[in-house]
Amino acid sequence: MAWTRFGKKKDMPGNLWTKCESCGALLFRKEFEQRHRVCGTCGYHFTLPARERIAITVDPGSFAEMWTGLLAEDVLAFNDRVPYGEKLAQTRQKTGEDDALVAGAAAVKGIPCALGVMNFQFLGGSMGMVVGEKIALLCEHAQAQRLPVVLVACSGGARMHEGAVSLMQMAKTCSALTRLHRAGLPSISVLTHPTTGGVTASFASVCDLLIAEPGALIGFAGPRVIATTIKKELPKGFQRAEFLLEKGQVDRIVPRAQMRDELARLLAYATGRDPVAAFAPQPVAAEPEPVAVPAAPEPPPGGKGRRRARPPKDG
Amino acid sequence: MSEPSARPAAQDGLAFERPLNELQTKIAELRKLNSGSHLELAGEIDLLEDRLRRQTAEVYAQLSPWERVNVARHAERPLTSDYIQLMLDDFVELHGDRVFGDDRAIVTGFACMEGLRFLLVGHRKGKTVKDRLACNFGCAHPEGYRKAMQKMRLAEKLGLPIVSFINTPGAYPGIGAEERGQAAAIARNILDMFEIRVPIVCMVIGEGGSGGALGIGVGDRVGMLENSYYSVISPEGCAAILWKSGDKAPEAAEALKLTSKDLLRLGLVDKVVEEPLGGAHRDPKGAVERVKRQILEWLRELMALPVDELLARRHRKFRGMGTPIGVTRA
Repeated sequence: MAWTRFGKKKDMPGNLWTKCESCGALLFRKEFEQRHRVCGTCGYHFTLPARERIAITVDPGSFAEMWTGLLAEDVLAFNDRVPYGEKLAQTRQKTGEDDALVAGAAAVKGIPCALGVMNFQFLGGSMGMVVGEKIALLCEHAQAQRLPVVLVACSGGARMHEGAVSLMQMAKTCSALTRLHRAGLPSISVLTHPTTGGVTASFASVCDLLIAEPGALIGFAGPRVIATTIKKELPKGFQRAEFLLEKGQVDRIVPRAQMRDELARLLAYATGRDPVAAFAPQPVAAEPEPVAVPAAPEPPPGGKGRRRARPPKDG
Repeated sequence: MSEPSARPAAQDGLAFERPLNELQTKIAELRKLNSGSHLELAGEIDLLEDRLRRQTAEVYAQLSPWERVNVARHAERPLTSDYIQLMLDDFVELHGDRVFGDDRAIVTGFACMEGLRFLLVGHRKGKTVKDRLACNFGCAHPEGYRKAMQKMRLAEKLGLPIVSFINTPGAYPGIGAEERGQAAAIARNILDMFEIRVPIVCMVIGEGGSGGALGIGVGDRVGMLENSYYSVISPEGCAAILWKSGDKAPEAAEALKLTSKDLLRLGLVDKVVEEPLGGAHRDPKGAVERVKRQILEWLRELMALPVDELLARRHRKFRGMGTPIGVTRA
C-alpha cells in the first residue's frame, strides 16, 4: 500500500535503505519496517501511520472500522494560498484516508475495546471536526457497548483551517470522555511522537491511563514557540516522554515492541481480566522471517535524514 | 476605510483610530475655549460631535478582522479588574491552587452583584507595567487553571453559579508551564467544567486565545463582546506557520474567522454583546453595564433550570459544535 511508504523513492538507492531521523544511521528498510519503524541503532521511534499502528496493536482480523466517510466541511472558506477544500481533497487522495483519525472496534489479545488512532500523515494529525466527532462517537459507542477506550494520539494540535470550530473539538472530546468516566468505563491514552497543542490539551491528557512511547515529543506549546518566547535554549530532553515521566505527567513509558502486550495487561486490569494471562506472549499468526541485512551503501551525496515528524533537537 | 495595502501590517492595526482621535482632541479643545461664554462655538462643537459619531459608526462598522483584534487588545479596553471594580457590589478575592502557587494571570473570588452571589473567574492582564508583568500579560500557568478549578469546585459545593471572564492571548508557553503540565491542566479544566453542577456563564471580553481561553471557557452560556475575538491560534502564530511570515497576521486574522460575528454565525457562542459606539475603550462604564445586564439575565435564567437538565444541555451544546458531512443524527 502506497501510504505505508515514507518519503520519496529516490531518497536512497533502490529504496532499500533509509536514514534514522535521530542518529543518522542507515537502516535497511525491510528490517526497519519489521521493527515497526524503530531505529535498530538508537531506538528512536519514528512516527507510525495509523493503519500500521492498528496492525501491530490489535488481534489479526479483529479491527472493524467505523464511521468511515465522515468528511470535514470548509466552514470558514479558509484559504492560505491553497483553499482548504482543495488541500483536503489532495490529502485524501495522497493518504487514502478521509481525515486524521481511524476508529473502530477491536480486540487486543482477546480483550475487546474501542480504538481510535490518529494519523500524522493527514495534515499533521491535526484535530478538526472529523477527529472530534469520531472521538465523541467512539466514546458513545464504547459507553453503549460497555467497552474500554484506547486512543493513540499523534498530532500537531487543533487544525487551524477550521478555526474556532477545531478549538471547540477540545471541548467536544472532553465532554464525551466525561460521560465515559461517569459510566465507569476505563480509557487509555497512548501518546506518541509528536503530540502537542489542542490534542495534548484535551482528550489525550484526561484518559485514566497515560502511556507514552520512548522519546516522544509531548507538550502544550511546541519547543520552537517556547524557545522564541523565553529567548533561552531549552534543556536537554525537554518535553520528551522521559521528561514527562520524571515530572509526573504520564504513568508509563512503553517501547513500541511491547505496546500490544502492555495494553492487553492494562486493559485486563481495567476490565476485570487476568493480567498475567494477558501479558503472556501470544504467538502471532505469521511470525516474520528474520531479514538478512546487507552491507550499508555509501550515503548518497548531500543525502539528509528525512524529516517527517521533526526529529528530536535536544538542547 | 483605508486600503489594506496602505497599512504596514502588524504595528498599525489601530491606524483607523487616528482621525477619530484627532476629531476628539479638536472637540475637547473647542470645549475648553468655549468654557468662557463664546456661545458661537457651541454650534461648531455640536456639528463636530455629530460628525464624530457618524464617522465612528462608519469606521467601526467596517473594521477588518485584524483591526478588531487590535481593538480587543487596546490598552484602554476594560479588563477583568475593571469589571470587578465597576460591576460588583462586593468582591472577595481567593488565592492559590493549594498545590503550587497563586497565578496572578487568573483571578478568582466571591462576587456579589444586585443581590446575586457567584464565583468570578477571569484572566487578569494588569493595568500598569508592573501589574502586567506580575500578571504575565494574562498568560496563565497550570497553577492558574488549577486554581480556577479548585475555586469552581468550591462554588459547586456552596451552590454558587460561576461567571468567567475570558481575556488572554493564550496559556503561557514556558519551561515551568510545561513541567507542571500546562496541557493537562487545561484539559482537566475543560473536562471538569462539564461536570460542575452549578450554572456557568462565560464572557469573552477581549482576547479569546485558544486553549488558554477554553480552559475557563466551558459554560452554559458563552457570550462575546462585539470587538473581542476567539481563535484556535493567534493571527501571528497562524501567519508564522501557514504563511511563513508573522507580517501576514492581517491575512491570517481574516482567514481564521475569529470575530464575534463569525463565532455567532458558526454557532460557537450564544450571543454578541454590543459595545458602546467606537468600542469598549471609549466608554468602559457603558461596556461594563451591558455585560452586567447580560450576565444577570443569563444567571437568572440558568438558575431556574434543574441541575441535571443544565448539565445535559451543556453537553449537547458542545457536542453539536462542528458536525462533519455524513453524520446522521438520531
